[in-house]
Amino acid sequence: MIDTAFYMQEVLPALNKGLLISLALIVPAGIIGFVCGVALGVIRVFGGALPRKLGDWYTSLIRGVPLAVQLMMVYYALPHCGIYFDPYGAALLSFILCSAAYHSEYIRGALLSISQGQVRAAQALGMTMAQTVLWIIVPQAARRALPGCGNEIIYLIKYSSLAYLVTCMELMGEGKVLASDTFRYMEVFLAVGAYYLAMVTVATWILRWLEQHYAIPGFGSR
Amino acid sequence: MDSLITVWNALPFIVGGSLVTIATVCIALGMGLVFGVPLAVGQVYGSPVVQRLVGLYVWFFRGVPILVLLFLFFGLFVGLGLPVEPFLVSCVVLGLTSTAYQSQIFRGAIQSLPQGQLKAARALGMSDGAAIRSIILPQALRLSIPGWANEFSILLKDSAICYVLGTQEIMARTNFVAARTHEHLALFAAAGLLYCLITMVGLYLLRRLENKTHIPGYSTGMN
Amino acid sequence: MMQNTENVLRIHEISKNLGGKAILKSCSLDVARGELKVLIGPSGAGKSTLLQCINCLIQPDSGEIWLNGQQLRRHDKKELCAFRTQVGMIFQDFNLFDHLTAEANVAVALRKVKGMNRHDALQRAREELGRVGLARRAALYPAQLSGGQKQRVAIARALAMDPTVILLDEPTSALDPELVGEVLAVIRDLARGGMTMVMATHQMDFARALATEILFMEQGVIIERGTPDALLAAGAGTRTQAFFTRLQDMGDESAS
Repeated sequence: MIDTAFYMQEVLPALNKGLLISLALIVPAGIIGFVCGVALGVIRVFGGALPRKLGDWYTSLIRGVPLAVQLMMVYYALPHCGIYFDPYGAALLSFILCSAAYHSEYIRGALLSISQGQVRAAQALGMTMAQTVLWIIVPQAARRALPGCGNEIIYLIKYSSLAYLVTCMELMGEGKVLASDTFRYMEVFLAVGAYYLAMVTVATWILRWLEQHYAIPGFGSR
Repeated sequence: MDSLITVWNALPFIVGGSLVTIATVCIALGMGLVFGVPLAVGQVYGSPVVQRLVGLYVWFFRGVPILVLLFLFFGLFVGLGLPVEPFLVSCVVLGLTSTAYQSQIFRGAIQSLPQGQLKAARALGMSDGAAIRSIILPQALRLSIPGWANEFSILLKDSAICYVLGTQEIMARTNFVAARTHEHLALFAAAGLLYCLITMVGLYLLRRLENKTHIPGYSTGMN
Repeated sequence: MMQNTENVLRIHEISKNLGGKAILKSCSLDVARGELKVLIGPSGAGKSTLLQCINCLIQPDSGEIWLNGQQLRRHDKKELCAFRTQVGMIFQDFNLFDHLTAEANVAVALRKVKGMNRHDALQRAREELGRVGLARRAALYPAQLSGGQKQRVAIARALAMDPTVILLDEPTSALDPELVGEVLAVIRDLARGGMTMVMATHQMDFARALATEILFMEQGVIIERGTPDALLAAGAGTRTQAFFTRLQDMGDESAS
């Protein structure tokens, strides 16, 4: 039934190679994207009028345009402006730019959800603004933003497959080449799907653990 | 200047692709609605086996990237001897994925309703089926509209991926022109704007729908 | 069974455990036509659970439920639905259907359960709303009504099913004090009109004036039962009377 030899000798080695590239995309894009997203989110809440407006525009632009189009822009269009990327660099940059916008949306929402009363109460206790941010705002905002940002990481794992569109040979790319060579689409892509499912499932477990570990009764449920 | 002329000349061709894009999105959204509602009801009120099965379905379609699913179903269609029509495969893949996501939107809405609603319906002698149909779903569907709007904009963006199979939508046509004219920057900018435009029109229509079905006392948080 | 009054509802030895804790212990209760039985007792005594066990919104673990001399087979879904159409229920927190107008709230079960057509159901709904003094609010949604009006719609909804018995689960305890009166007035009219009712309440004056029998519950057991006069007589020394006095004292304190 199942062609074990095909899987052992061709599919798994190719996909494992691709998996490494995928991880090399997901991990830095996740981390840098999140950091940029936090910065962007903070600017969009506390920044001056102009930076705030620019931040809002950037975010709606990125959220309104498909990631596939953004990838094409970075890989095929920017060279017209004299900026060149290899496939890996183009994919990484696109993922960071896109992730940052989505993260900033959750960060912004979380920051806005914290009531003025919390800030006033902290100041009434004699906390400085820095202390208020560090000890009162961040712990609350982080909990509120966690589900959204976590979801964004999961999306990133799945959408990292789009790197294949700019010929970056990650998990998806390796799968596609193998499938085209052998014309065994079902078998190959079942395996590719299983790789992504495994990554997404593990990420979901970690996020759920984080959420439960830091959960506070009556805070931010729903 | 040349690039603008290229875009101008290619515009009818690319905008024509938006019909294919919109058709794909509408079919997928509809499919998701038709299958997502029963899945959600099954997951909330069904037996443990049903709940497990729905959970498995949702886990699979939310865990595998669209791109992988497209090729997987391409292979499946070939294997089953079905006509490998790119538009059809795209609709099926996006529809099945949207079913998974929409079922979770509806599930959340159903679970957010107070327990008393079902109790009151039962106390009036309604069977569980009747109570779900005439009391639970009308409320849950209204609460789902914002989630639905979000799902629409996600589907629209996902539909751009379908060009890999050769579906003649916006992205495929833009690619086609760009490869021949090498005006990538202007063409993809135009395509991006087109997607933004469709998103805005779609969200506007959904907001109208929400206002139309609005009932005092419901705030769904969409504005 | 020697009395010539007819037993409409008979609850026999109902017990319910939740999470290893006994919520109801062998509660029995006979209700004759036109009677108003009032359940009182501290919160957590099991009054609400008992009422919800009567129409199996909470399935009792053991015991028998009889309506009009027929025992309910409570795991037969069809029979249970039919039974519930004859046993109306009023909830503490109203449980109006939030997506339906007042008249549609009353009409929905007439249409979906009794199979009435839309026109007749709405007409009937308006009649019932008129009976509780809400004819002019028929087209409003629950969110546009006050608590007292919501509860009156809920009563109209129950009445429209032509119930044999109505169960009322603390119908006024979620209401602001100034709205309690309008709801009690409706219930009083029902009692005087001969409606058979079982009601859990903390409104002691109401109970004293209208109850045919008061049942005092504590920790899942009905520990005292009798007419208001017997239980609340000066120096009766009953738990009911002590409870009554304590409620009155608290009322006086909050008033002063």
